[in-house]
Amino acid sequence: MAPRVVTRTRTGTIAGLCAIALILIGLALPAFASRGVIQDLFTLLTLLTLAQLWNLLAGYGGLVSVGQQAFVGIGAYAMFAAVILLGWDPVLAIPLGGLAAVALAVPTAFFVFRLQGAYFAIGTWVIAEVTRLLVAQWKALGGGTGTSLPREATSDIIGVATIRALFDVREAAARDILAYWLALALAAVTIAAIYWLLRNRLGLALAAVRDNTEAAKSVGVDARRIKWAVFLIAAFVTGVTGALIYVQTARISPDAAFSVTDWTAYVIFIVVIGGIGRIEGPILGSLVFYALQSTLADYGAWYLLTLGLIAIAVMLFAPRGVWGLLSDRTGLHLFPVQRRLEGIDLEGGK
Amino acid sequence: MIWIDTIVQGVLLGGLYALFAAGLSLVFGIMRLVNLAHGDMIIFAAFGILLITGTLGLNPFVAALIAAPAMFALGWALQWFVLNRVLGRDILPPLLVTFGLSVALQNGLLEAFSADSRRIPAGPLESASVDLGLVTVGWMPLLTFATAIAVIVGLNQIFYRTALGRAFRATSDDPVTASLMGIAPKGIFAIATGLAMVVVTIAALYLGMRANFDPSIGPARLIYAFEAVIIGGLGSLWGTLAGGIIIGVAQTVGAAINPEWQILAGHIGFLVVLMIRPRGLFPRAVD
Amino acid sequence: MLLETRGLTAAYGQFRALFGVDITLAAGETVAIIGANGAGKSTLLRSITGILHNGAEMVLHRGCPIGALPPEVVMQRGIAMVPEGRKLFASLSVEENLLIGGQVRRAKGPWSLAAIYDLFPILQDKRHVPGTALSGGQQQMVAIGRALMSNPEVLLCDEISLGLAPVVIRDIYAAMPRIKASGAAIIVVEQDIGRALSVADRVYCLMEGRVTLTAPAAAISREAIHTAYFGAAA
Repeated sequence: MAPRVVTRTRTGTIAGLCAIALILIGLALPAFASRGVIQDLFTLLTLLTLAQLWNLLAGYGGLVSVGQQAFVGIGAYAMFAAVILLGWDPVLAIPLGGLAAVALAVPTAFFVFRLQGAYFAIGTWVIAEVTRLLVAQWKALGGGTGTSLPREATSDIIGVATIRALFDVREAAARDILAYWLALALAAVTIAAIYWLLRNRLGLALAAVRDNTEAAKSVGVDARRIKWAVFLIAAFVTGVTGALIYVQTARISPDAAFSVTDWTAYVIFIVVIGGIGRIEGPILGSLVFYALQSTLADYGAWYLLTLGLIAIAVMLFAPRGVWGLLSDRTGLHLFPVQRRLEGIDLEGGK
Repeated sequence: MIWIDTIVQGVLLGGLYALFAAGLSLVFGIMRLVNLAHGDMIIFAAFGILLITGTLGLNPFVAALIAAPAMFALGWALQWFVLNRVLGRDILPPLLVTFGLSVALQNGLLEAFSADSRRIPAGPLESASVDLGLVTVGWMPLLTFATAIAVIVGLNQIFYRTALGRAFRATSDDPVTASLMGIAPKGIFAIATGLAMVVVTIAALYLGMRANFDPSIGPARLIYAFEAVIIGGLGSLWGTLAGGIIIGVAQTVGAAINPEWQILAGHIGFLVVLMIRPRGLFPRAVD
Repeated sequence: MLLETRGLTAAYGQFRALFGVDITLAAGETVAIIGANGAGKSTLLRSITGILHNGAEMVLHRGCPIGALPPEVVMQRGIAMVPEGRKLFASLSVEENLLIGGQVRRAKGPWSLAAIYDLFPILQDKRHVPGTALSGGQQQMVAIGRALMSNPEVLLCDEISLGLAPVVIRDIYAAMPRIKASGAAIIVVEQDIGRALSVADRVYCLMEGRVTLTAPAAAISREAIHTAYFGAAA
C-alpha cells in the first residue's frame, strides 16, 4: 500500500459522532428547556464561537489581537443600521455584520501587520477604540447612548411565527429560540470549518508561519497571504457573531458593543483557561466559564476578580490550560490534527 | 491667541502622559514585557496615596514619598514571583498574566473602594495659576511637566552613569552574556519593575491631584502610556516624552475643534505617526 | 586541582553533545581543547560556566561541585569566559563593556581599566565608541579585556580566532604571554591547531563528544592529532 498522510484517529471519529449527537439534542432542546436555559446557552455558544476565532488567530496564527471587539461592534452596528435605516429583517441583516467587519479588517490589517508582537496587540486595541469613538458620533444610531431595535422590526422577524406555533411560546421567547438555533449553527459551522482548515494544507502552513516565519517562507509558504486570510476570515465570522448577539439583545450602545471586557477579556480567559492552541481548549473553557458565571455572577466584582486570579494561576502553573493538562495525562485528542504517515515501515532508529 | 494656549496646554498634558509612560518604557525597554496592568497600577497607587492622606492627614507629596518604597517592594515581588516565571520568547504568557492582573486589580479596587470618583486633595495648588505672558497656565500642569522632565533626567542618569544602569542595558541586549558577567537577569528585572513602580507612584500622585479617578479608568491611561512609548520608540525616554507631548497636543487641538473629539484625536495622532514610522521616532539600533 | 570535569555529559534536548568528558586544569596552567566543528568544545565551556545545567558533581572548582550553578554564580567564583562570537553589549561603549566585566566581582589582581588599555592600546582610542562598532579583532580584544577585568582564576577562551584574519589573530595571541604571566589558568578552545599548541601546556582533543587524545603540547605529533581529530589514520 502506498504511504499516505492521515489525521483521522479512532478517538477522533468517536468524538465526531458524539458531536453530531450533541448538536441534534441541542436542536431539540427548546422543546423541554426553560427560557433561561436557552438564553444561557445562547451566550455560551456565541462566546464559544468568539473564543474559537480568537484561538485561531492567536493560538494557531500567532496573531495576538486585543481588538476583536472592533469587529463585534461594527458587525452589530451594521445590522442595526440595515434594520433601522433600510428596514431590513434583523436576521437577514446578520451577514451584513460580517461584511462590515471585513471592510474594517482590511485597513486594520494594512496598519497592524506593519507592527510586531506587543506593538501589534496594542495597535489592534487602539483601532478598536477609534472605531468605538467614531461610531459614538453616529447620531442616527443613537450616538453615545445607543438605541434599540424598533418594535416593528423585532415583532416580525423571519421564522419567529413558525417557532411560536411549534413550541407554543410568546414572541420574545420565540426570538430567543431562533437566536439560540442560529448560535448553535454558527458555533457548529465555525468549529467544523476551523477543524477542516487545520487538517488541510492551510493549517500546516499556518503552524509553520507561527513557529518560524523565515523558515516557512523559505519553503514557499506565503506568510503574508496566510496572515491576511486568517485575519479577514476571523473578522468576518466575528462580525457575524456580533450581529447575531445584538439581534437577541435588541439594544445597542457603543460602550457595550465595543466592550473590551465582554468581547476580549472573557474570550481570552475562556481560551487561556481551556487551553490555547487546541480546538478542544475553548470548548472546555466555555464550560468552565459558564459554570463560574452561574455560581459567582451574583458577586459582581468578586466574580471578575476571581476570573483574573484564575487566569494568572493557569498561565503560571498550567500554561496549556485545563485541556492541556488532561491531554498530557491521557493523550486524548478529540479533534486530531496531527499528521501521521501510514503505510510505511520504518527501520532502525527509535 | 487661542491656538497658542491650546498647544501649551497640550504640551503640559504631554508631561502627564510621559509620567504614565516612563515606567512602562523602562520595563518594555529592558525586558520586552508588555504590562497590561500598568494603568491599573497607577490607579492602585493613587488609591494608596489617597488612603495615606486620608488616614494620616498628610500632604499628598509626603504621602507619595511614603507610598513609593512600598510600591517598589510590590513591583519587585510581582516581577520576582510572578512575571519572571512567564518571561520568555513567547509574548503571550506575560500578556495574559498581566491582563488577568489588570482585571483582578480593577475589581479588587472596586470592591475595596466602590465605583465612586475620588480626588487627591491638593489644596491651593489645584487652582493656582501663573501668568507666563503669552498664556496663563495652572501650577499643577506646570509642576507635572517639570516632574516628568526630572523623572526622565533621573532615569537617564541611572541608565547611563551607574553600574546598575550598565547592568540594565547589558541585560536588555543579551541576558545570557550578562549572566556571564555575574549579573543575574532575574534580579535585574525585579529591580527594574520595582523602579517602574516608583515612577508609577509619582504618576499616580499627579493623576489623582489633577482629576477625578475611579477603579475603571486604568485601561485608558494604559493606552495613552503605550501610545507615548510606541511613538517615542523602544528604549528612548526622551522619545517617550515626545510621544506624550504629541498625544497631548493632538488631544487638546482635537478638543478645541470639538470637545467630543478629544480622545479620538489623540488616537488618530498615534496612528498617523505609526503609519509613517512603524518603529517609532527614536528607536534604538538593536531590537 | 583548580578545575576539573568528571564524566561530564551534556545534551541539547534529544541531541547528546558530550559523553563523559574528563578534563583537568591546574592553577597557572594553560590547556588547549581542539576538535572539529560540532565536536563539543563550546558545549564543554558552556557546561563549565553554567549556561548549560549539568549534574552538580560533573564540574568541580577547587573540589566544590558547581555543575548545577547558574552562570552568574559561577562567574563570581572567579571563572570568566570570553564567549564565542565576542558577544559584546551593543548598548554599551567599549569602556562600559570593560567596566561591566569587573563590576560584580571585585577581586584584587593585576587587571584594571588602565592595565587593559596597556595590553590593547588601540582600545583606549576607541573607549567611547559603541562596543559593536569596532572591527572583529578589536571586538575580540574588548571581549578578552572584559573577562580579565574581574581578575579571574580561570579564563575560558572560546574560539577567539574565529572569523579573524591571520594578522589579527597574531596580534591577539601576542597578548597571551602577559595574560598567562598574570597568574590565571586558561582553557583555550580553538580550531586553529597551531595557535592552540603555541600557547598551551597540555592539549585535549575532542571528537563527537569524547576525549580522543590528551598529551603535553610539546610531545604531541601530527599523526596523533590527525587521528584524534578526524578519527581515521592519516
